[in-house]
Amino acid sequence: MPDDGSLHYDVLVIGAGPAGLACAITLKRACPSRSVAVLEKAASLGAHSLSGAVIEPGFVDELLPGWREEPLDIQVPVVRDQFAYLTSGRAWTLPTPPTMHNHGNVIISLGALVRRLGARAESLGVEIFPGFAGAVPLWSGEGALAGVRVGDAGRLRDGSEGPHFTPGVDVRAPVTVVAEGCRGSLAKELIRHFGLDRGKEPQTYGLGLKELWQLAPGRSRAGTVLHTVGWPLPHETYGGGFVYHLDQDRLAIGFVVGLDYHDPDFSPFEAFQQFKHHPSLQGLFAGGEILSAGARSLIEGGYGALPTLEMPGGLLVGDAAGTLNVPKIKGVHMALGSGILAAEHLARTGSPQGFDEAFRRSPLGRELHRVRNIRPGFRGGLFPGLANAAFETLTRGLAPWTLANRTDWKSLRPKTAARPGSPKALVRTLPPLDRLAFVDFAANRHEENQPVHLQVADPGICISQCMERYGNPCTRFCPAAVYEIVTDARGPRLQINAANCVHCKACDIKDPYEIITWVPPEGGSGPSYANL
Amino acid sequence: MKILVAVKRVIDYSVRVRLKPDRTGVVTEGVKMSINPFDEIALEEALRIRERGEATEVVVVSVGSAEVQTQLRSALAMGADRAIHVETGEALEPLWVAHILHALVGEIGPGLVILGKQAIDDDLGQTGPMLAALWGRPQATFVSKLTLEGSSARAVREVDHGLETLDFDLPAVVTTDLRLNTPRFIKMPDIMKARQKPLETRPLDAFGLDLPRLAIERLEPPPERAAGIRVETVAELVTRLHERGAV
Repeated sequence: MPDDGSLHYDVLVIGAGPAGLACAITLKRACPSRSVAVLEKAASLGAHSLSGAVIEPGFVDELLPGWREEPLDIQVPVVRDQFAYLTSGRAWTLPTPPTMHNHGNVIISLGALVRRLGARAESLGVEIFPGFAGAVPLWSGEGALAGVRVGDAGRLRDGSEGPHFTPGVDVRAPVTVVAEGCRGSLAKELIRHFGLDRGKEPQTYGLGLKELWQLAPGRSRAGTVLHTVGWPLPHETYGGGFVYHLDQDRLAIGFVVGLDYHDPDFSPFEAFQQFKHHPSLQGLFAGGEILSAGARSLIEGGYGALPTLEMPGGLLVGDAAGTLNVPKIKGVHMALGSGILAAEHLARTGSPQGFDEAFRRSPLGRELHRVRNIRPGFRGGLFPGLANAAFETLTRGLAPWTLANRTDWKSLRPKTAARPGSPKALVRTLPPLDRLAFVDFAANRHEENQPVHLQVADPGICISQCMERYGNPCTRFCPAAVYEIVTDARGPRLQINAANCVHCKACDIKDPYEIITWVPPEGGSGPSYANL
Repeated sequence: MKILVAVKRVIDYSVRVRLKPDRTGVVTEGVKMSINPFDEIALEEALRIRERGEATEVVVVSVGSAEVQTQLRSALAMGADRAIHVETGEALEPLWVAHILHALVGEIGPGLVILGKQAIDDDLGQTGPMLAALWGRPQATFVSKLTLEGSSARAVREVDHGLETLDFDLPAVVTTDLRLNTPRFIKMPDIMKARQKPLETRPLDAFGLDLPRLAIERLEPPPERAAGIRVETVAELVTRLHERGAV
């Protein structure tokens, strides 16, 4: 190892999520002599992992032999699927779409799975570094990706070096596997730098919010999975709720909304809280207690928006690439599978070259291709979307066309435009009553005196343009109340409460002027999700 | 001179601590765990003393399940020279830990034992003083400044009426307050070096302790605070305070 302070590995993985750890485990099993390091921005493994999550367990069986005998903190086989269309007063049971049948699937906590995968990887000799975020790419002399520089620690608010300043080291590797999850900051930069999205559909996203509850004894029906569409969303907005009944009277409940929604006044947090108060659900929570809460964006662009998965010196896997299967509302098996596939490719060829084709030809790539038109079909609203989904499912995706995506940050209507009436709001009584209380259940830790990691290119636009045209939607779409317009003697200005940030990335995606950039804060900052 | 530092694995300060539904303990599954912050300060102080050339070796010890090795590896990455893990599946009370540390003191012969003033899980603050008593050596608790002069030391401690300065002979026991120092960031290369440093595991049985145990019958959450009220005027505030007999 050269003594310029940099670290060298054969393969560097960015992000200890399902994709990154599956890649590291598979690679180390195939080539024990290769050195593999994994960087993770969370202070401990799984602390930033948030997912439904009902998973197809095949790849877990492959990666963690015997895992079913030693259950994760949350591990409940699905016994019943339900699908409902909600109006404000009723739940209408619909036939469960074929893509959403969960026979043989398992409800888990992604955080718990990640901790188990991490232990497995470490036992194989993978070096995992929690609390260290990959901040900027390093380049080789030939312009290939050559690793990353880890973020500095101990900088003060103004960017200067504080008394405990510790510069981030360079971690170099001939191959870097980018597995940061949805809207990763490095992935975003690399896709732009190498033009990996050239000729593809625009990427699209959703925002998911989730809570874990301890219910009063006897309220939970372990293994029941409910998905809903309709209320409280207007029909023009894509999204819906999920309710997963766990063992030990626990319940996972969440809400996902497509970030291509139009109404600048829309608040995903408020929609989720309304959903919990639906007459068919509210009774579940009586005498219960909320345990933890969080939010995370999802990548929904599907096959059409899938960037080229390889670049000189690197490759993209999992949600950093965009492998989530939207009609199944499942990303974990795709993340694990793409990580495994990447490792097998690297073990075989030693180079990222050819991985894009290998993925597209694999069963995973074909699975994504088959459902490529379903999510874009909801551009016209709920019912045309459901009709198109039925057609696409019946024809198994064989239609010769690929429907277009629409860019999320361009989708807002000006606040003055006529809009369909919003569904009537219910009076809320269940905690958390506001977003600060919600963030409290994410157990954030964030050194207050560090530089603001939500970089607004021109805060003047917020006041001079956005306020009038859209009414500052950032103050509503952020589930953690990071953005606030405060008015003092000098007039209104944008205030950024960075310590509230739960790293969902919605602002980086949805801000209508594309001026907000999320960069990793000091390593170890952010939420400490317990079993989300 | 050697310095012995005791560290405890605790639920991280950022976590909302919850009771188990049957109220026999607190929920630890899926919960982030860390080195007790006061113990991290104790380790930082020991490292600074060693870096000033006033000590030769920093030994870090923890008592608990196999999982405490994660915290011991962090301590080694911060800069401790070696670690001792006393393995037990049970949560031990301070008297047990003080006896274990006393036995290790006899074996290692440190000039200084530094501990956090208390652990943020049970807030007992007993282990340091109990060790000093068992060992028959001076103690300085809640220390916010520490200087060594040959075979003696001077400690400043924060007390209710101001600052108290103690002079005492070594070896001694010191427990640390928040203001003593700010622990350093761990560097990635040091995490790798820590993997090569010695970490020795010993079963609790090897200490041959036979001490009484306390049994926890039940835990209760603190009573919930009632919501506050908002008053419009000072006059209303005074009226409300009178109504409640507060003034």
